[in-house]
Amino acid sequence: MKVVLRHPRREVVVEGPSIVRDLLAHLDIVPESVLVIRGNELLTRSDKVEDDDTIELRPVISGGM
Amino acid sequence: MNCRVCKQRAAVEIRRHNAAFCPDHFVEHVQRQVARTIHDYEMFGPDDRLLLGVSGGKDSLALWDILTGLGYAVDGVYLHLGIGEYSSESLILTEQFAAERDLALRVVDLPVDYGFSIPQAAATQGRSACSVCGLSKRYLLNDAAAGYDALVMGHNLDDEAATLLGNVLKWNTEYLGRQAPVLPAVEGLARKVKPLIRVAERETAAYAVLRGIEYEVEECPMVAGNTINRLKERMSVLEANSPGVKQQFLFGFFERGAGHFEVGEKTELGSCRSCGSPTTGDVCAFCRVRDRATHPLEVRES
Ligand code: SF4
Ligand SMILES: [Zn+2]
Ligand SMILES: [Zn+2]
Repeated sequence: MKVVLRHPRREVVVEGPSIVRDLLAHLDIVPESVLVIRGNELLTRSDKVEDDDTIELRPVISGGM
Repeated sequence: MNCRVCKQRAAVEIRRHNAAFCPDHFVEHVQRQVARTIHDYEMFGPDDRLLLGVSGGKDSLALWDILTGLGYAVDGVYLHLGIGEYSSESLILTEQFAAERDLALRVVDLPVDYGFSIPQAAATQGRSACSVCGLSKRYLLNDAAAGYDALVMGHNLDDEAATLLGNVLKWNTEYLGRQAPVLPAVEGLARKVKPLIRVAERETAAYAVLRGIEYEVEECPMVAGNTINRLKERMSVLEANSPGVKQQFLFGFFERGAGHFEVGEKTELGSCRSCGSPTTGDVCAFCRVRDRATHPLEVRES
């Protein structure tokens, strides 16, 4: 699947399918630090992601204010 | 994972409440948290004139949406700080948000109205960009709030907990005495309220996404030196190990700690020789920054 990361915006490809929890562990990302976005849906740790999904991992700490 | 209310598939998990919610019930949950905060701390009523500081980020835009949803009429003020693309993009997102909802937005343009940008100011002062930026924002927001009953700020639970930790680490008792959900108006300074303090950063972001709010996701290019952000990252490690610790830290302080730091006799505030705003000195901090930023050569010569 295609995974969009931020700060700055970039993309990586991960072999799917997977469970959100495992995907985050694989990328070494703390679950609480990001929103997992698919289209206009938010996913929780236990949701399944498919190989043809595009997933955005959006950091929740805003840099600025 | 399923919604605590309707048992449908959950979209957001809130570990410190041991709960998860579907999109609709999450939105409702956040709105209820904010309504409760406004009520508990007697922040404002339905007839008050409210001005919200909006940055184009998730917190302030989510709060604008929430307050409007709760039936409050709130104007917005955007501060253009002259931080390159970051500022211009955030402004576009803020203008779009306001236009789509027919909300009144005022733009204060630091470079145009005051003759300098934050990067320029940072280059000419012996202090960090964030400290110059912070004091400029406080000054400009306070100025914009003249004629309003309250200046509403989008600080969330994580912002406030990190600020508290920073003040505790330095035992900055003066700041501890002034960290509160509501800061009453004093001579020349607007009443300030923070309705988002019960909502964690991850939740304001989730709220914004679920409500279809387009906000600035990229970071300010000057964020590297931001101490609050570093403290937030540290605190999220504590929170991951014991969900709820941030909220306990902050609200325990409001309920049992803050009273010990109450500011006693207030220092007499005079008015700034240059702009007339309240200050303890002769010329206020903002006017000094502005002076150095707009006359950098003269300063270096003297
Ligand atoms: S990161 Fe620093 S310079 Fe950038 S907007 Fe925030 S306070 Fe201002
Ligand atoms: Zn539900
Ligand atoms: Zn002044």
